[in-house]
Amino acid sequence: MLTFTVRRLLYGIVLLFVIVTLAYLLLYAAAGNVGRTILGPTATQATVALKNQQLGLNSPLISRYFSWLGHALTGNFGSSWFTNQPVTTAIITRLQVTLILVLGAVIVSAVASAALGVWAALRGGWVDRVIQVFSVLGFAIPGFLIALFLVRIFALGLHWFKPTGYVPITYYFGGWIRTVTLPIIALSIALVAGIAQQVRSSVIDSLRQDWVRTLRSRGISERSVLFKHVLRNAGGPALSVLALSFVGLLGGAVIIEQIFGIPGLGQIAVLATSQGDVPLVMGLVVAIGVIVIVVNLVVDLLQGFLNPKARIS
Amino acid sequence: MSEAAVSSGALAPDISSDIRAARSHLARRFLKNTLGIAALAVLVLIVLAAIFAPLLTSYDPNAVSVLNILQGPGAGHLLGTDGAGRDVWARLLFGARFTLAGALLATVVAAVLGITSGLVAGYYGKWFESVSSWVTTLLMALPGIVVLLAARAVLGPSLWSVMIIFGVLLAPAFYRLVYAAVSGVRNELFVDAARVSGVSDFRIIARHILTVVRAPIILQASIVFGIAIAVQVGLDFLGFGDQTIPTWGNILNDGFTNLYRDPQLVIWPGLAIVITGVALTLFANALRDELEHSARPSRRRRAAVATAAAEPVPPVSNTIVHDEQDTATEAPLLHIEGLAVGYPQPDGSVTRVVDNVSLNIGRGEVHGLIGESGSGKTQTAWSVLRLLPSGGEVLEGSIQFDGEDLSKVPSAKMQDIRGGRIAYIPQEPMSNLDPSFTIGSQLTEPMRIKLGVSKAEARARALQLLGQVGIPNPERTFASYPHELSGGMAQRVLIAGAVSCEPDLVIADEPTTALDVTIQAEILDLLRDLQQELGVTILIVTHNFGVVADLCDQVSVMQKGRIVETGPARSLFANPQHPYTRSLFDAILDESPARGPYAEVLPR
Repeated sequence: MLTFTVRRLLYGIVLLFVIVTLAYLLLYAAAGNVGRTILGPTATQATVALKNQQLGLNSPLISRYFSWLGHALTGNFGSSWFTNQPVTTAIITRLQVTLILVLGAVIVSAVASAALGVWAALRGGWVDRVIQVFSVLGFAIPGFLIALFLVRIFALGLHWFKPTGYVPITYYFGGWIRTVTLPIIALSIALVAGIAQQVRSSVIDSLRQDWVRTLRSRGISERSVLFKHVLRNAGGPALSVLALSFVGLLGGAVIIEQIFGIPGLGQIAVLATSQGDVPLVMGLVVAIGVIVIVVNLVVDLLQGFLNPKARIS
Repeated sequence: MSEAAVSSGALAPDISSDIRAARSHLARRFLKNTLGIAALAVLVLIVLAAIFAPLLTSYDPNAVSVLNILQGPGAGHLLGTDGAGRDVWARLLFGARFTLAGALLATVVAAVLGITSGLVAGYYGKWFESVSSWVTTLLMALPGIVVLLAARAVLGPSLWSVMIIFGVLLAPAFYRLVYAAVSGVRNELFVDAARVSGVSDFRIIARHILTVVRAPIILQASIVFGIAIAVQVGLDFLGFGDQTIPTWGNILNDGFTNLYRDPQLVIWPGLAIVITGVALTLFANALRDELEHSARPSRRRRAAVATAAAEPVPPVSNTIVHDEQDTATEAPLLHIEGLAVGYPQPDGSVTRVVDNVSLNIGRGEVHGLIGESGSGKTQTAWSVLRLLPSGGEVLEGSIQFDGEDLSKVPSAKMQDIRGGRIAYIPQEPMSNLDPSFTIGSQLTEPMRIKLGVSKAEARARALQLLGQVGIPNPERTFASYPHELSGGMAQRVLIAGAVSCEPDLVIADEPTTALDVTIQAEILDLLRDLQQELGVTILIVTHNFGVVADLCDQVSVMQKGRIVETGPARSLFANPQHPYTRSLFDAILDESPARGPYAEVLPR
């Protein structure tokens, strides 16, 4: 298990390295005249040249790349071209917000889809059909449309939540709840639709297994059979779906953050890419890459916990 | 639609199962799927509306009219006008052209890249395989939206370039599908045969391999198409798209900016997106259902299997009873009287699999219930435990266990009896242990409930039991998972589990059938030893007279849901009366001549 984990970690690091290198080369190759982009069309030729020199853009791309990589390994990703704010600071402050949204969505959808999936599997009949319909709708309707409906009903209509903005949890808990609830729900719905289906079919599948009868024959309570044994066996496939959805969740967060005006990574992504702020974009690429690697590692460990057979492979 | 669903294959069919079966009649069966056809019809209508947009409206979708801003529906404009006075209906129709064409472009790019690379990697393998799987992992680790935003910064707001890049990002969806299917059939006999007979690789791929993945590709394409629409609309909605063309995202964006002045403007593009998305999903679901349907046994057939090879019970004569040897002075431990078990069918009839079965099992007795498969013996055993498969029920009769009718006790009470007083040894050792828990945890859980012992005590007892059932290294087995055990070991564990809470009655359902012959003998020895040590009563279900001869005091012969002959094993062996019993004996005797000459040969 340990060697497996270490191998996955190394694999992830190599992958990150490849992504970062490609991103760096492509972004700078496409960046054009950076000084002109920053200073705008009114700046003189001389100031543009000076700006380019200040940014170190006159040295060859390869040597710039290695210098950037060296600094990056020490946690220094340079500064934004437009605000001069250090990239690391800019990203870390917003990373927290995005992580709260994304992890919130993961928790909400894990709990909700486990509940709905088990319910549909056990009750069958109309409960099952309603949940199936919900799954189709949740899968078919884009998250941002759901977000619009949610804002219309719960923020503008009922005034339960704030339509836009963000309050840090450390500042005021009630305000935090009122700002993050709708975005998290909007992010979760597509996920719940997919995972609940998976839980439903795995639970139905597990309940048909011989060992369920044997457990019952031992006088194990129905609750323990279901929640301890069946759910644990159904957990593996559901976790796989959740893990593969994670990258998509990060992407979804970009749009959701725009709608709710939440200062997360999405906001930086939009700003940095629209301005062509390459250092910031690179920082973003690294941040997202690291998140994806960490998540994959956690998922591997969880899979090992859920499925003993996965531990030896 | 969630972008990740493609890669997760949440909606993709299980292509590992035999897809070739899916080829036949898939299209024809799909035509019978009402929901799928309705969804397809809606999609065709939307596409037709997009193609014939100029015929359906006389307005120019981009004609700005300052005088006609935000007019409600009617008054010459079917759905009113937007914030710039443009006709909403016209914009929706022409928007469908751009939105659908963009999504189609992404789908085509993804399909062409993914299918080609999947075919090459799957069919030829080698270095191309490793490179493609690397690129796939890489693409799947990239959040699509962020890449698209970056691409927009470099390439400017162009619908087409964004959709091409998104197509590249989605190519793994097709790659994985095609690769899995192709590497699955690569070494199939029919492909080998084609290769040997000199068919070119190109023709093999086209004729034999592409047909296999055709339907899953259509399914994947419809999912990818939906996701492309969602992402494109999302980007346009945020204002990152090309504002000069009407797309559903741009219309939605305009509606959103005028949300307070004219709320209905969001509704029309929203409806268009939702209807298209739902239709695509339903179409994909229907296609997937039909695919899975044809790859697996039909549901009806599976239900038939679940009802345990339900052979209806014919009206039959009485049970032949060999004289009761001891005219039972004490009441039997288990007394089944007139038991009937049935499975209600959808058409209202009830298939009876056990009928009018009566059994008496005295304390400390080993009772064999013998019969061929489908004779109802396992159903009888399960009804004692009240663990009939779903749909099955006891229709008539009583099951008296130590003076209580098990068919009537409340389920909480039954839960106490199960494991505590009546235990069960299953047929297939490997499938009867929960794969996710250690042997130790599965052994101690019932003991802690039934005997109320502490964790440490339960552990000590489990280790002792494991030793008792002949497991050489109890500590190691205690910490093992089921997949680390052999079949014989697993059966010993299950036997240990059955006797762990000191039951009065053990029901063993063909406990040796799934094991190797040498192990069978060991397990029978173990059962006999345990029976003598613990004095437990055993009801053993079997189709093997050898097992009966080895273990049983009493035997009941079951045929087609009825007991045809019952009595002491000795008497029944000496004088089988029912033709069915005799035929069971004949089945054994038939084998013996074959062994005769062999024994004679041996001394030489």
